[in-house]
Amino acid sequence: MTVIPLGVPRRLLEFTLDGEPVRAPEGSTILDACRAAGKDVPTLCEGDTLAPKNACRVCVVEVEGARTLVPACSRKAEPGMEVKTDTERARHSRKIVLELLASSVDLSTTPRVAGWIKEYEAKPDRFGPGAARLNEEPRVDNELYVRDYDKCILCYKCVDACGDQWQNTFAISVVGRGFDARIAVEHDAPLTDSACVYCGNCVEVCPTGALSFKSEFDMRAAGTWDESAQTETTTVCAYCGVGCNLTLHVQDNEIVKVTSPHDNPVTHGNLCIKGRFGYQHVQNRD
Amino acid sequence: MDLHFGDSKPTDEEKAAVDALLGPPESSWEGAARDEMTAADLRWARGGRAARERRDLLLPGLHAINDRIGWISDGALDYLCRRLTVPPAEAYGVATFYAMFSVQPRPATVLHVCTDLACAAAGAADLCAGIESRLGLGSGVSVERSPCLGLCERAPAALAIKAGDPVRTAVSAPATVEAAVLAASAPDSAEEEPPAVMAVPQAGGPGLTLLSRIGVVDATSLDDYRAHGGYSALRRAFEIGPAGVIREVTDSGLVGRGGAAFPTGRKWRATAEQPDRPHYLVCNADESEPGTFKDRVIMEGDPFALVESMTIAAYATGAHQGYLYLRGEYPRALRRLEHAIAQARARGLLGDDVLGQGYAFDIEIRRGAGAYICGEETALFNSIEGYRGEPRSKPPFPVEKGLFGKPTVENNVETLVNVLPILTTGAPAYAAIGTGRSTGPKLFCVSGSVDRPGVYELPFGATLGDLLALAGVRDRLRAVLLGGAAGGFVRPDELDIPLTFEGTREAGTTLGSGVVMAFDDTVPLPRLLLRIAEFFRDESCGQCVPCRVGTVRQEEALHRIVERTGAAAAGDIALLREVGRAMRDASICGLGQTAWNAVESAIDRLGAYE
Ligand SMILES: Cc1cc2nc3c(=O)[nH]c(=O)nc-3n(C[C@H](O)[C@H](O)[C@H](O)COP(=O)(O)O)c2cc1C
Ligand code: SF4
Ligand code: SF4
Ligand code: SF4
Ligand code: FES
Ligand code: FES
Repeated sequence: MTVIPLGVPRRLLEFTLDGEPVRAPEGSTILDACRAAGKDVPTLCEGDTLAPKNACRVCVVEVEGARTLVPACSRKAEPGMEVKTDTERARHSRKIVLELLASSVDLSTTPRVAGWIKEYEAKPDRFGPGAARLNEEPRVDNELYVRDYDKCILCYKCVDACGDQWQNTFAISVVGRGFDARIAVEHDAPLTDSACVYCGNCVEVCPTGALSFKSEFDMRAAGTWDESAQTETTTVCAYCGVGCNLTLHVQDNEIVKVTSPHDNPVTHGNLCIKGRFGYQHVQNRD
Repeated sequence: MDLHFGDSKPTDEEKAAVDALLGPPESSWEGAARDEMTAADLRWARGGRAARERRDLLLPGLHAINDRIGWISDGALDYLCRRLTVPPAEAYGVATFYAMFSVQPRPATVLHVCTDLACAAAGAADLCAGIESRLGLGSGVSVERSPCLGLCERAPAALAIKAGDPVRTAVSAPATVEAAVLAASAPDSAEEEPPAVMAVPQAGGPGLTLLSRIGVVDATSLDDYRAHGGYSALRRAFEIGPAGVIREVTDSGLVGRGGAAFPTGRKWRATAEQPDRPHYLVCNADESEPGTFKDRVIMEGDPFALVESMTIAAYATGAHQGYLYLRGEYPRALRRLEHAIAQARARGLLGDDVLGQGYAFDIEIRRGAGAYICGEETALFNSIEGYRGEPRSKPPFPVEKGLFGKPTVENNVETLVNVLPILTTGAPAYAAIGTGRSTGPKLFCVSGSVDRPGVYELPFGATLGDLLALAGVRDRLRAVLLGGAAGGFVRPDELDIPLTFEGTREAGTTLGSGVVMAFDDTVPLPRLLLRIAEFFRDESCGQCVPCRVGTVRQEEALHRIVERTGAAAAGDIALLREVGRAMRDASICGLGQTAWNAVESAIDRLGAYE
């Protein structure tokens, strides 16, 4: 029998978005409503499969009566709210956040951010050449994935994916405090000495490329990574009976990485080590 | 949850430190030696949920190790994690969050030397240099520069902590090189701290309410406390019932003294009305705002007053468990409160049947470990629960989902002790003190360039000038910092500002938690501002971008202009303003939102770089 998932009917609440009345199902975030209304609010730490930590603050909007700006990604819409998404005040904070981030980490592999930097006229260079940066070397300590914390914006997504939101392995955590805060395993050891089970779910959710598949990392280093030349094929994992969907990313007839569709009701984008990394036998022709 | 532990082993002493807190492990599942595994162990997996529910013992466990050994090794941390079923990565994230813990080996004795505002003005830099030249490598002492130790009335200050069983502490303030070195090398024979009353220049004077017992009552004697009016407020509370107490507190007009000035009665009612149970009461005794030491003086000089007022607050809001979150740098307040709570418990004033009224309430003390951010109410919950002390986003508010996700009332020490006179004199008499919108007495922490620094009690409405005159302000006053590092500077010609919430607001500044730091013109203002910026950069939890990176960029800009003025500083001042505005608008919590206040006020009101 096929079960057709039916959403529980939810009441609609009304509020105004940039002066226009809108209706959104109860429980929606302001961001949900913005997206439904076709408004483009920039986001970095928000992820479609995770409850956001609202740490990046690039999605801030103005809510009438609120002392500070509010993060659209996690503030629930309330009846009668008056939300303005594109005020000078909100734009100013977004611009500064982009400048602060781009001046401290490497955003070269973060999708869409270059466009926002241009749109908000952010100038990360104006903090001067002496502005503190992370400047860390990538950590390559295993054959499956690489941690390049020079690109990390501390969005907490990997920690949440590894922890109680999905994987329940709790192999990584934010350690230290303030500007020195970092993602690390216990005792800041190599990944191979940690609890990590190499499911790659943290890599799946990382928005900046700070976590990347070793295959991708190596190809980028060699200058051969070319997303435009890749095809994506979604299939079913052959290892066990759970029926996870796998999306094979293929370039030049080689599988270069495996992801899973985030809207898949079985995986929600998550896989295990076999589905995620166990593809070499497919292309091993010796 | 499938936990993985490395193969690092605790030493016997580390194990003993943890076991002294948690009791011996019941089975090899929760840390007993594997080679002692019994047949029962193989049939049962202990630990599990029961152990996980003790996660809030993580911070006490880290303290236990750090107190005994002086630092937290891999093996010790892993052992503690096994005992509590906490993932080691998370525990490592917690251990590295707090300034008082180290995950690197270090000497057993740590000497914290305050380099914050009052101490800097009193010569902390020379003191540090002197101490460091006497206590070099191999001295067995690690000298650490510390933010405000809450001893500003006796600046410059130093606190020595010598790991062992038991841990030993000694305070030296006002510190000399000799005294601080002695405190670090032989804490037991260091000179005793002056009594708490020494911090109250008005002691013995008429008209004191909150400070009336300090120096008068024996802080270690419950009987003496009762002889001085103690526990009459709690009796009145039982007479009028929880709703009656909330009505009195609401009618008194009491607002929170922890900085945010929220109406206390409203907070209590909102919590009392929550259907979800249990309710919790949290006393915020973190007091890490630079320049603040009033809560310390109350806790050291009149600890039973806090125990009694927590009991009343809990009774009114329907809580049966209270937590007193005390900053880790207050060893004497810790001893006094531990003693007071034990006495109250022994005499039926805490426990299953308070005062024979059939109402159960008890208090647990939780020690912070060096993190200003843990004074933020939701960060404090996370800290107690054994998570990193990062603020949560609001809503939901604590009255709805606070400690352990349950309705929680959180109040500052000074707020709570105000409840005693409200109940003994009645709301109308209390509300008659002060002004219409700021009622009651207020404590001010005066330090810096004054002859008589200390805690002062004045009715709301006295002016800044009145207060400074009482404290003996010195000539050539250059600036006054109101409200601490998150507050703002005012000029010497603004001393007629009334010390009320509305008066300071109208003057474009803030009362905050009641800090008044005076600086004469010998204090280099740009250095002071740099110190404030450094404080916020150090104390940012790191969770959100505007604060984590913004505080760094601001400090960099202030470094660039430390010797500059006018046009040469203009570009960086514009930068400071732009970053500051985004921090105020877009940061998650009050730390990032206020981090730029003091520097901005120095630029705008004092003309700091003109
Ligand atoms: C960064 C930060 C630090 C704080 N530190 C303290 C503190 O040390 N003590 C305190 O009572 N309140 C502190 N607060 C205020 C508390 O969050 C909270 O408002 C207060 O404890 C509520 O109690 P009250 O209503 O009695 O003032 C701090 C707030 C922030 C944002
Ligand atoms: S690969 Fe999986 S187990 Fe390992 S850190 Fe990432 S999410 Fe956690
Ligand atoms: S590694 Fe990636 S997912 Fe993890 S915090 Fe950094 S940017 Fe976010
Ligand atoms: S404002 Fe600062 S202290 Fe507060 S949550 Fe953000 S980073 Fe942490
Ligand atoms: S996307 Fe909303 S705060 Fe990061
Ligand atoms: S104790 Fe040094 S500034 Fe407060």
